Amino acid sequence: MASVLFYMFAGLAIGGAIGVVMAKSPIGSLLFMVTTLGAMAGTFVLLEAHFLAAIQIIVYAGAIMVLFLFVIMLLNLGHDYQKDLKGGAFAVISFGITGVIAGFLARELGTTGIQDGPGGASIDALIAEHGAVGAIATELYTTYVVPFEITGILLLVAIVGALVLAKKEV
Amino acid sequence: MITEALVLSAILFVIGTFGVLVRRNAMIMFLCIELQLNAVNLSFVAFSRMFGIEGQIFVFFVMTVAAAEAAVGLAIIISIFRHYETVNVDSFNLLKW
Repeated sequence: MASVLFYMFAGLAIGGAIGVVMAKSPIGSLLFMVTTLGAMAGTFVLLEAHFLAAIQIIVYAGAIMVLFLFVIMLLNLGHDYQKDLKGGAFAVISFGITGVIAGFLARELGTTGIQDGPGGASIDALIAEHGAVGAIATELYTTYVVPFEITGILLLVAIVGALVLAKKEV
Repeated sequence: MITEALVLSAILFVIGTFGVLVRRNAMIMFLCIELQLNAVNLSFVAFSRMFGIEGQIFVFFVMTVAAAEAAVGLAIIISIFRHYETVNVDSFNLLKW
């Protein structure tokens, strides 16, 4: 059952990703991206990362994609599809480059021999003890508290930087 | 399940790379970069099934950095659009010689 669901979500994610690259209008591209993000949230649930699945929907598909949508509609883009896709030799070269990357990735995946390690059982124990949110939160606020605070500073800098960049007269 | 998730992550990453290389619209290139970030997130989650909860915590950090990156990158695209009235990346050749 779980593997059937996984293949369903995987097909949806790959179809959405191809749609992102090939869609004619930027709005369509963005809606395909939302599909991909939703399908990936489904795979997160199947991999027992429930909190991350919720965050994926709320933050990524909700907040970040709406930000993209605002900008696309603000700039009124998407009337020159012919000039948008790079054709000819460049597309062939890009296809070759991505093919080489895919080949390396496939070879790595083939040689390492992935096994279900001890991590799965430990995560299941953590979720049973603290709940799906608590399992991440206990680790995040004890071992990784310094990176967490640095993330807060990063967000502050990003807010100030975005304001300065988007202002009319600088 | 872990192997399948890693294969899916690799496929999504490659599609994202192809999109960045082949499109000229800066917004769609940016969307494809987000796709690559998500592919890496998926492989982090898959590896958390092998090595413990740390993978999920790093996904949390990656999502925060992606949010910050989206805000700053969209601000840059807007300010470029103000100057050139387009977001076609072939029009920005100020640094070329």
